Amino acid sequence: MAGSTLTIKELHVEIDGKEILKGVNLEVKGGEIHAIMGPNGTGKSTLSSAIMGHPKYEVTSGSIALDEQDVLEMEVDERARAGLFLAMQYPSEINGVTNADFLRSALNAKLGEGNEISLMKFIRTMDKQMDFLEMDQDMAQRYLNEGFSGGEKKRNEILQLMMLQPKIAILDEIDSGLDIDALKVVSKGINEMRGEEFGCLIITHYQRLLDYITPDFVHVMMQGRIVKSGGPELAQRLEAEGYDWIKQELGIEDETVGQEA
Amino acid sequence: MTIDTKLPFDQEYVVNFSKENSEPAWLSELRINALASAEQLPLPKPDKTKINKWNFTQFDSHVVKSEIYQSLSELPEQAKALVDMDATNQSLYIQRNTTPAFLTISEELKANGVIFTDIFTAAREHGDLLQKYFMKNGVKVDEHKLTALHAALMNGGIFLYVPKNVEVKEPIQAIFVHDDASLNLFNHVIVVVEDNSKVTYVENYVSTVDSANGIFNIVTEVIANPNSKVQYGAVDTLAKGITTYVNRRGVANKDARIEWALGLMNDGNTISENTTNLMGDGSFGDTKTVVVGRGEQVQNFTTSVVHFGKHSEGYILKHGVMKDSATSIFNGIGKIEHGASKSNAEQESRVLMLSEKARGDANPILLIDEDDVTAGHAASVGRVDPLQLYYLMSRGIPKTEAERLVIHGFLAPVVQALPIEGVKKQLTAVIERKVK
Ligand SMILES: Nc1ncnc2c1ncn2[C@@H]1O[C@H](COP(=O)(O)OP(=O)(O)O)[C@@H](O)[C@H]1O
Ligand SMILES: [Mg+2]
Repeated sequence: MAGSTLTIKELHVEIDGKEILKGVNLEVKGGEIHAIMGPNGTGKSTLSSAIMGHPKYEVTSGSIALDEQDVLEMEVDERARAGLFLAMQYPSEINGVTNADFLRSALNAKLGEGNEISLMKFIRTMDKQMDFLEMDQDMAQRYLNEGFSGGEKKRNEILQLMMLQPKIAILDEIDSGLDIDALKVVSKGINEMRGEEFGCLIITHYQRLLDYITPDFVHVMMQGRIVKSGGPELAQRLEAEGYDWIKQELGIEDETVGQEA
Repeated sequence: MTIDTKLPFDQEYVVNFSKENSEPAWLSELRINALASAEQLPLPKPDKTKINKWNFTQFDSHVVKSEIYQSLSELPEQAKALVDMDATNQSLYIQRNTTPAFLTISEELKANGVIFTDIFTAAREHGDLLQKYFMKNGVKVDEHKLTALHAALMNGGIFLYVPKNVEVKEPIQAIFVHDDASLNLFNHVIVVVEDNSKVTYVENYVSTVDSANGIFNIVTEVIANPNSKVQYGAVDTLAKGITTYVNRRGVANKDARIEWALGLMNDGNTISENTTNLMGDGSFGDTKTVVVGRGEQVQNFTTSVVHFGKHSEGYILKHGVMKDSATSIFNGIGKIEHGASKSNAEQESRVLMLSEKARGDANPILLIDEDDVTAGHAASVGRVDPLQLYYLMSRGIPKTEAERLVIHGFLAPVVQALPIEGVKKQLTAVIERKVK
């Protein structure tokens, strides 16, 4: 079998008692790149947070599986070690913990006791990936995300992706706030990961990123559900025509969560 | 319950003790007067911590004579970890209980006329110089019962004197080993740095006993004369059961700088006062403190910077972690006296609570008696941010390790400021042990 499969069935998610996701179905396989598009407030980040296990999001029904494993039964760190990765829309800043120390802890947690990476090898790998992503070498010794610009944070998320080599990655608005050069670098990183062993779910509301990374599948999210799926041509049509035609087609007046049609 | 206020040692004892150490007359007299004051004066009143039932005055033993260390290889492991065992040319003093047990002085110190010796030798051999500074402009004998008792019963400590125009490059290190459970220590460290000179001094208080019942009454005085610079690092790791009063005070004269990096890691009840008096125009004081409280410990950390000189700058940064049922008060006082125009007083206190029962209280206080100044403070008491843990765990790091990273990160700004690598490592290890 090439790669892993993430399977989401009839997923319902609440935050602070308010239902945000109302039955999401999605399957992402190794080798595939999916894009989820949709206007703000339609539940895209909620989906990614629920998959990773964010403490504020409560799954009320439905299932998430990574191959045969029940993801909802796992702690956040177990999900990561099983092969899931989420590049967050708003990465946390952690004072006093250097980027390098953090990444080494993460890598060693994945490799497991007794299989830790040597310091030399770690430094070499990190240097190489930072060069690839055109990051300043001093970013390794800076405190994790602290004082990073928006673009630096996003690059740093991709650096983690490349170092940790997950089976399935979810990238939540990895393109927002990036200038065109940074966007190219970030896309280069994601394309480098592409392969039979790697499945990816890209969340964005711009076509822009998809000019550099051609998705295999495109989904549109509204009102906490996936309301339409298609191939790359769907993204192009959204770019050209916006979302109104979908809303008309489906009889939706307000696409955000909580506004039932 | 009332605590016996009669002191356990009388004037005759103090006179004899002073005589046995061949102390100069001024010091004997100072001790005798101090003893009389100690009987009269009240205890200090650290803001928000009641200490009237703490035992600071009732104890049996005053001198604990110990074997000296013939070589560093005889040191207990805890002390070995702090020193560079292979260094051939370092400046290192080790005191074992109340005995000066080891001293080595670098060529650099000798060539520049730097004095670095135990307090008894200093009193005998550099009596006039010591008298000029001892409990004069720094900590005064008559401040309260504990300063007076300290002066009367001082039974350990060191004198470090750097003459004019000397920049000491290598850090000077002192280790106070506590390996006898019957020890009560009245330790006095006095650092005098003359005009245009620079020095870095780092000390460790290390208990090798797991618990004891002693009383530690520690006073440090740093006198930074014009245009000098003193970096003062300390890591205290005194055992459970020790009641500690520790007062570290600096006086910065014109254009002088005093920088403190303090790791206050005692396991017993502790009252810690750290004050920097910015006397001179253009003087500068910076205090970085980290604290970890655990068990049933009650502690009070009062950090003050008092501005007298114009254009003086004072910074206080304090980070504390509280676990179990530990209680700590963090008082930060920035005081600008009338006339200290164009001065700047900044402070930040952050407390991280690791358990429901722990208590931490951060009180930033600004007392400003001058218009033309700037001042600021930030204080917070909180728990480990669940979103930070989520972020770290989302990269595969288990929860306990994620917490460890956040806690170490929280304390890192002070740990990083310690000037000796071995001491930095030691503090990291102590934190590791304490927060587990
Ligand atoms: N922490 C939160 N507390 C309350 N409501 C939230 C929170 N996060 C998101 N929501 C609500 O959930 C809905 C979907 O949000 P989100 O998943 O972030 O959308 P998207 O990522 O598509 O912009 C919005 O209506 C938003 O207001
Ligand atoms: Mg979002």
